[in-house]
Amino acid sequence: MSEAVTLTEDPYSIPLEDINVSDPNLFMNDNHWGYFERLRKEDPIHYCEDSLFGPYWSVTKFNDIMEIEKDHNAFSSAGGITLADQPEDFQTVSFISLDPPRHDIQRKSVTSVVAPMNLAKLEPVIRSRAIKILDEVPIGEEFDWVSQVSIELTTQMLATLFDFPFEDRSKLTYWSDMATSGELAGGPTPEPVRRAALLECLEVFTTLWNERAQRDPTEANDLITMMAHNPNTQDMDPMEYLGNLILLIVGGNDTTRNSISGGVYFLDQFPDQFAKVKKDLSLVPTMVPEIIRYQTPLAYMRRRATQDYLIGGKNIKEGDKVAMWYVSGNRDDEVIENPNEFIIDRNTPRHHLSFGFGIHRCMGNRLAEMQLRIVWEEILKRFKRIEVVREPGRIQSSFVKGYTDLQVVVTAK
Amino acid sequence: MPQVKFIEFNGTKHNIDANNGDSIMVTATSNLVPGIDADCGGECSCATCHVLIDAEWQAKLAATSDTEESMLDLNPDRSAESRLSCQIIMSDDLDGIVVNLPEFQY
Repeated sequence: MSEAVTLTEDPYSIPLEDINVSDPNLFMNDNHWGYFERLRKEDPIHYCEDSLFGPYWSVTKFNDIMEIEKDHNAFSSAGGITLADQPEDFQTVSFISLDPPRHDIQRKSVTSVVAPMNLAKLEPVIRSRAIKILDEVPIGEEFDWVSQVSIELTTQMLATLFDFPFEDRSKLTYWSDMATSGELAGGPTPEPVRRAALLECLEVFTTLWNERAQRDPTEANDLITMMAHNPNTQDMDPMEYLGNLILLIVGGNDTTRNSISGGVYFLDQFPDQFAKVKKDLSLVPTMVPEIIRYQTPLAYMRRRATQDYLIGGKNIKEGDKVAMWYVSGNRDDEVIENPNEFIIDRNTPRHHLSFGFGIHRCMGNRLAEMQLRIVWEEILKRFKRIEVVREPGRIQSSFVKGYTDLQVVVTAK
Repeated sequence: MPQVKFIEFNGTKHNIDANNGDSIMVTATSNLVPGIDADCGGECSCATCHVLIDAEWQAKLAATSDTEESMLDLNPDRSAESRLSCQIIMSDDLDGIVVNLPEFQY
């Protein structure tokens, strides 16, 4: 690897060809916005020759991303959805990193956990937990919203979906964090620590699997029982089981967690929007997708070209890695009006890229929206104001876009 | 103008005059017929404009494309009547088409 270029706040301080938006520090310091804006203007399909992850293309405009999302034959998900390649001796597989037909078969084996009928059953459970968590936050004194509210709520939800021992649920958060913060992905966790954590995850879940395999599947609808009894998933090898667990844990945890925190941060930055929703609670359902757009909890998804492909005048070659930067497409003013503004009553608020599109579109998107809707309905019943007292800490990752902490002071109604 | 007869899951009917060349999804969303989300805006890539159309009317429609097929296939509630309404373009031949809306989109 050549000498790393330090990316500062000024996106015009370096030549275009040196721009490497996959640098995790760019996101940790919240300096990525200007670089993406420059790429959208000057080089929307951008080739980066040298990065921590080797050479890769960046796709930065909404409609170009949509084109690639739709063409799952030309752009394969096999081999992974992050720019970091998995080490040869530790390769997990999951349905998000498979192409059809295996992808479709495995995905279908677990989809029903987030089917609308099941969501209706989960709603009162989520609400009673949200009420308990929000009733316990200190009023008028500083605390960390991330650990006390966002993590608690999403981890409890995840434990329910897996029917995971409730008292051990913090393990789920730990494994989720370990899975996405490895040094090979540019994060702070040493590779041996990451592997040890994931192997522990596999061990605990293998015990659960063996128990659930004996269960009557008609009397349980948790994810493990579903996989253990479905002919399409019951014979997965351990690394495939682990891969799917990580997918479901990260997908069901990090993303919603960071969107819950993000909403608090945005409404502090845009007090007029907070005033608007306080006055009209019927805006919560359109505010929720706007929070998810504005946060973009996963900054990109990766594909690999299976053929030479011409897009935006650039020749992507067979075998090239391609990052579809949702975080950039969600700020593309050719598709989204005033994209840098947080506006809670947009006409088509769900027209954003955060869930992806095409066959890999987020399976839990309606569950995520429901959790956010309930949290905000309950917040607005209780609190007059949530003041963010300083800039939040941000995760050192170009994939998971989120917060390490968010210090707030809450005022009761 | 050909007419689309939308029937909500709760039985509420909406008879809407459609523009030739508009999709059934656009006909619904531009006339505030509830029950169709259309998150992707008509790109056949989210499956949140799922509708149910009986065999008789289906016979008059173009066959599902591979893309529509792959998106429909992800829906565990898919039935033989399932289609994505962004892929059905209105014309005079479809005057009176009955479009049943599912209970939920996802």
